Amino acid sequence: MAISKLNFNSLNVTPTASKGIGFDSGADDLDATLSGGSMVFIKKLTASSSGTLTFHHGTSDVILDSTFKEYVFMLNNIHGSAVAKISFQANTVGASGFNENITSTAFGAYHEEGDSGTTLEYEGGLDQAQGTAFQSLCALGGINTGNDSSGSGYLHLFNLSSTTFVKHFTSRFGFVGGGDYQTDAHIAGYCNTTAAIDGVQFKMSSGNIDAGDITLYGIT
Amino acid sequence: MAISKFNYNSFNVTPVASKALAFNSDADGFTTASGSSMILIKTLTASSSGTLSFVNGSSDVVLDDTYPVYKFEFINMHPQTNDKGLQVNVSIDTGSNYNVAKTTTFFRAYHYEHGNEGGLAYQTGHDLAQGTGFQDFTEGGISNDNDCSLSGEFFLFSPSNTTFVKHFMGKFNLIKSAAGGVSINSFVAGYANTTSAVDAVQFKMNAGNIDAGKIKLYGISD
Repeated sequence: MAISKLNFNSLNVTPTASKGIGFDSGADDLDATLSGGSMVFIKKLTASSSGTLTFHHGTSDVILDSTFKEYVFMLNNIHGSAVAKISFQANTVGASGFNENITSTAFGAYHEEGDSGTTLEYEGGLDQAQGTAFQSLCALGGINTGNDSSGSGYLHLFNLSSTTFVKHFTSRFGFVGGGDYQTDAHIAGYCNTTAAIDGVQFKMSSGNIDAGDITLYGIT
Repeated sequence: MAISKFNYNSFNVTPVASKALAFNSDADGFTTASGSSMILIKTLTASSSGTLSFVNGSSDVVLDDTYPVYKFEFINMHPQTNDKGLQVNVSIDTGSNYNVAKTTTFFRAYHYEHGNEGGLAYQTGHDLAQGTGFQDFTEGGISNDNDCSLSGEFFLFSPSNTTFVKHFMGKFNLIKSAAGGVSINSFVAGYANTTSAVDAVQFKMNAGNIDAGKIKLYGISD
């Protein structure tokens, strides 16, 4: 059935592009000032013995371009098939190797369940200096494989479509480490490219992502 | 003038489930728009409050599998008693008991207003190793001077999950009253070591009341 048009002037409201229609403070008036919100769900991938989880712009409803200035990946209950670190890399538009140059910092704190050890330290073995390897989001160990063990946190990327600046990222990831250590990892850095990035891939440093969700949001 | 009802097909726009109606870039056209994925669930405002509790199913609070991630924001939390700190605990019995075992880490950076001292260190006195007590958000406490308070954020992941432990992480800044004032940036993280669903979260000062401040609970949908 054809849809009949509603005349634009049949509602007593001034149109504003990208704004939603809502009621104003009057009992019977409308306005067009509602914003949809600044954190917008884009895509959720659920691991099931997965070697990799990949978000590529234009594929499977994924948006990773200039639509949003910031993107946040929420990682929820990541569980590996082996004690290992969840890690990520990026691709510029047209690239396929997930091997961008990364310079990064890595530090973390841990505390053992039996209170036998604590630390706060920089981990020089996990940072990169123009490295092209996958960047670990864990520090001070990997995620335990106990049935109730996992890791959760976020990876925040900025201005991926810029062709002027390098691409900054920050992350915080908490997990149950091997030996039942609570670990709070802080990783940050930049992909040292001025080309636009349109792909991000996650994988474990060894073995598969046994279970867990990675959800991509755009921040307007 | 009240408007009459519109038929669903009276708008020249292709419906998309869970999307809102919005104007497009034309002067007279419609499109669909996404709603926010970060949804305000509840705001609690302290007023000489002993505790502030968010209990699933009570007072419009949602703290179940509706959202995979929950975020609390703390705005100007002010203690009634000088140098008292904000704390958190969680419940698996809808708030009857706040005593779930937790293993946590705590570190903080600090810098005095006089500028002569600052640092970064792990604080073993404020972490928990399977402890069931309340988890500190602060080392020392918040000054109760009129202009002093704590603000920050706290994430809770998948509280309703019955397979995994429940991860949380928070980041706060506060003013401690020592030597004319200290800015303290604290980082708290850990897990509630239970595979039961967490369905309530409570905040309180380690002594005295929460004089003022707001705690806002958001759900982050997927």
